[in-house]
Amino acid sequence: MTTVPLAPPRRLLEFTLDDTPVRVPEGATILDACRAAGKDVPTLCHGDTLTPKNACRVCVVEVEGARTLAPACSRLAEPGMVVRTDTERTRHSRKVVLELLASSVDLSTTPRAAEWIKGYGAEPDRFGPEARRLGEEPRVDNDLYVRDYDKCILCYKCVDACGDQWQNSFAISVTGRGFDARIAVEHDGPLTESACVYCGNCIEVCPTGALSFKREFDMRADGSWDEEAQTETTTVCAYCGVGCNLTLHVQDNEIVKVTSPHDNPVTHGNLCIKGRFGFQHVQNRV
Amino acid sequence: MTNTRKRDRGPKSYTRLTHPLVRDEKGGPLRPASWDEALERAAAGFRAARGAFGMFSCARATNEMNYVAQKFARVVMGTNDVDSCNRTCHAPSVAGLSAVFGSGGGTSSYEEIEHTDVIVMWGSNARFAHPIFFQHVLKGIRNGARMYAVDPRRTSTAEWAEGWLGLDVGTDIPLAHAIGREIIHEGLYNRAFVERATSGFEEYRALVEPWTLTAASKVTGVPAAAIRELAHAFARAERAQLCWTLGITEHHNGTDNVRALINLALLTGHVGRYGSGVQPLRGQNNVQGGGDMGAIPNRLPGFQDILDAEVREKFESFWGVDIQPRYGRTLTEMFEAMESGELRAVYCIGENPAQSEADSGQAMERLAMLDCLVVQDIFLTRTAEFADVVLPATAAWCETEGTTTNSERRVQRVRRAVLPPGEAREDIDIICELARRLGHEEWKYADSETVWNELRALSPDHWGMTYDRLEEHQGIQWPCPDLERLEPSFLHGRLWERDPHLLGRRAPFGIVRHDPPVDLTDEEYPIRLTTGRRLDSYNTGVQSGSFASPLRRGEFVELCPEDAERYGVAVGQRVRVTSRRGSVVAPVWVDPALRPGLAFMTMHFPDEVDTNQLTIEANCPIAGTAEFKASAIRIERVAGVADDGSALR
Repeated sequence: MTTVPLAPPRRLLEFTLDDTPVRVPEGATILDACRAAGKDVPTLCHGDTLTPKNACRVCVVEVEGARTLAPACSRLAEPGMVVRTDTERTRHSRKVVLELLASSVDLSTTPRAAEWIKGYGAEPDRFGPEARRLGEEPRVDNDLYVRDYDKCILCYKCVDACGDQWQNSFAISVTGRGFDARIAVEHDGPLTESACVYCGNCIEVCPTGALSFKREFDMRADGSWDEEAQTETTTVCAYCGVGCNLTLHVQDNEIVKVTSPHDNPVTHGNLCIKGRFGFQHVQNRV
Repeated sequence: MTNTRKRDRGPKSYTRLTHPLVRDEKGGPLRPASWDEALERAAAGFRAARGAFGMFSCARATNEMNYVAQKFARVVMGTNDVDSCNRTCHAPSVAGLSAVFGSGGGTSSYEEIEHTDVIVMWGSNARFAHPIFFQHVLKGIRNGARMYAVDPRRTSTAEWAEGWLGLDVGTDIPLAHAIGREIIHEGLYNRAFVERATSGFEEYRALVEPWTLTAASKVTGVPAAAIRELAHAFARAERAQLCWTLGITEHHNGTDNVRALINLALLTGHVGRYGSGVQPLRGQNNVQGGGDMGAIPNRLPGFQDILDAEVREKFESFWGVDIQPRYGRTLTEMFEAMESGELRAVYCIGENPAQSEADSGQAMERLAMLDCLVVQDIFLTRTAEFADVVLPATAAWCETEGTTTNSERRVQRVRRAVLPPGEAREDIDIICELARRLGHEEWKYADSETVWNELRALSPDHWGMTYDRLEEHQGIQWPCPDLERLEPSFLHGRLWERDPHLLGRRAPFGIVRHDPPVDLTDEEYPIRLTTGRRLDSYNTGVQSGSFASPLRRGEFVELCPEDAERYGVAVGQRVRVTSRRGSVVAPVWVDPALRPGLAFMTMHFPDEVDTNQLTIEANCPIAGTAEFKASAIRIERVAGVADDGSALR
């Protein structure tokens, strides 16, 4: 009775990825296999700590024998399948996805979006200025978070992180249907009147910067945000005894942002309000 | 609840110390000084008080710093009088666990709680106090585990529970005994485990026999059916986790409470297996590590007993000094010794006892009696204001290299991310500098890894944890005696061995009796005050006061709607809260999670409302932890002044 019931070791399965045989553990997705093979498949709504939502379709690949393209982030690898990641059909599909997103949403703070748009030859302007979805000002109603819905691609990652997958606060949800669908807190009011507990775990997973830390938002606004000049150091939180790992993003000897490694066994990338924002006391230097 | 507007009084925001400070005469002001002058004064103060010296080490600093601090006390000052604020929180857990299992750590890991069948959260509002641990609990609940919350308040943790057992403050032992009796009477206890791995069962059976469901229900206020349900769920589960926090430990009989809970794990065999265990959730980032490193009066580094001659000999030959073969004073006893004059100098590193001790008025009087108080901190805390010498230190978690140990015994690397302000220096450098001035020329460490390797050489449980391996595995849980292998995630698997030699010492049942809170409620003090944490704040607020939390609303005395009505007070209205020791004025908050006769406050805003003027310094005789959780108070409307300072009609 003293042995730890380990899960049975996962068998490896073999399939063909871009004409090359690859082996991945059972249960791995095509995206896992692509990344293991060093292939650069774009993703937006995929989160390494979340169950795939299949919302953005920017990671689609071609599976031989399948009628439609498959999202690499959620399609499990099967033995013997033949997958191609870089065909005319996948490139075209990704191009259109990027055009639809970039024409309606501000992707200026989405990492790598500009590179993908160029690489896939997407032309977001071809739908005209009317395609823009919202055109509203960022919402700044507290000192910790900013919500800029003009940048929201409705990937639902924040909803999942705030909801049953991690935080279980259920402050964030989708309101409206169809073209009117958008992310909001209850009654679409200010964050300070919602169930939000300011853990920042939605910001941690947001792929576009629609949700951001106010510090980063302010620094971007005044032009002082410089990711190139920032160092990232992982240490341990100084609040309770749980021992959450914090990655401190430091610029000019100031902590400007706090994240947590997604593969950390204590946090799985999640923090609470104290760990995420409670660092200011060390830099009250004058 | 009409008046919910926020008050604009923010908490006191502390500025970093950048230069040493000294005081030329008692009662005089602190003035800036050079490092040389400050260190010389500190050294002279300690030299003069040899034999009457005490060390308060820091549960927020690294393992390496705690190792060096206790070594300073034992080698340089020749005393075992070294302790830290684990005394105000989880010392009873350490005392209880080590009495039963020989080791003071929680027995299971966070991951295991995701793969268990029943979770009991006893005296723990982890949803607020340990939010990321609670995410593991929520994963467990999502995976099908049933969770029960035992707490006088219907907390946000209890909101996730299958059942909430709202017991009266200080009746944990009757409740635990009734659960034990029910399990025995229904034949649900694990006979094989009890017979093979435990001792004292017959005595325990007799002890709990009077605690029928009805009797316990009368004393605890919990319906008999609810007690029965928890007993059956816990005993019938294939795997179960029993977690507790300060609701169990911060009582005058905290260690007894811990033993009463561990009894339930022994009775059912829910310990020493994957997914089954007992888990105290620690309150500070390194309160586990501080004890592991020997910054406690009864253990040497590696949680090795001072009374063990072989252990002492190992350290004596390594350190080249004699170690006193007796336990030192606890933090609580050191405070008593200040009053009697037996303790004349204190080296206080990163602690704020002037505000964190129960009955803070008394604590401050005692600090003022010292000949020499040296405070080493990152802020000029309330305690530092009493100091003769103040030494500016670095913030361990982001300005130094080292390790800390979390609640699941995981030793993790702390790394330097920012540079400290002004002339602030690392704790270890300062301690070594003082040691050299006190005649120990050899006190020099190249870096934190050198300290760690010295500790590894002395502590078998840490031997396998090189810095490289800690990096590779994102932390390693102790014990880790091997450089290649990793041990299971849970402790005490030996208790399931059939061979008595492998099984080792049997785990004794704790024969502990109900003892109600010292501060009794009566007609004059009719309300039971209990204390705890809020989500966005931390301890005395020195750390957490500086960020702009939208959740922060300052200190309130929280009452249930019935009591608010009875006393004719509304939200925001200021009332006088008086206990047998002190009196404070605080605004009222109404919380339906409380029950009639129960009030709640925190210690987060002591500069605004000093809650610890109300709490009682009734200490657990075994662990020395005070009864923060149970004071008797009365509430009076303050005549003439409304919340905003305007005159009342």
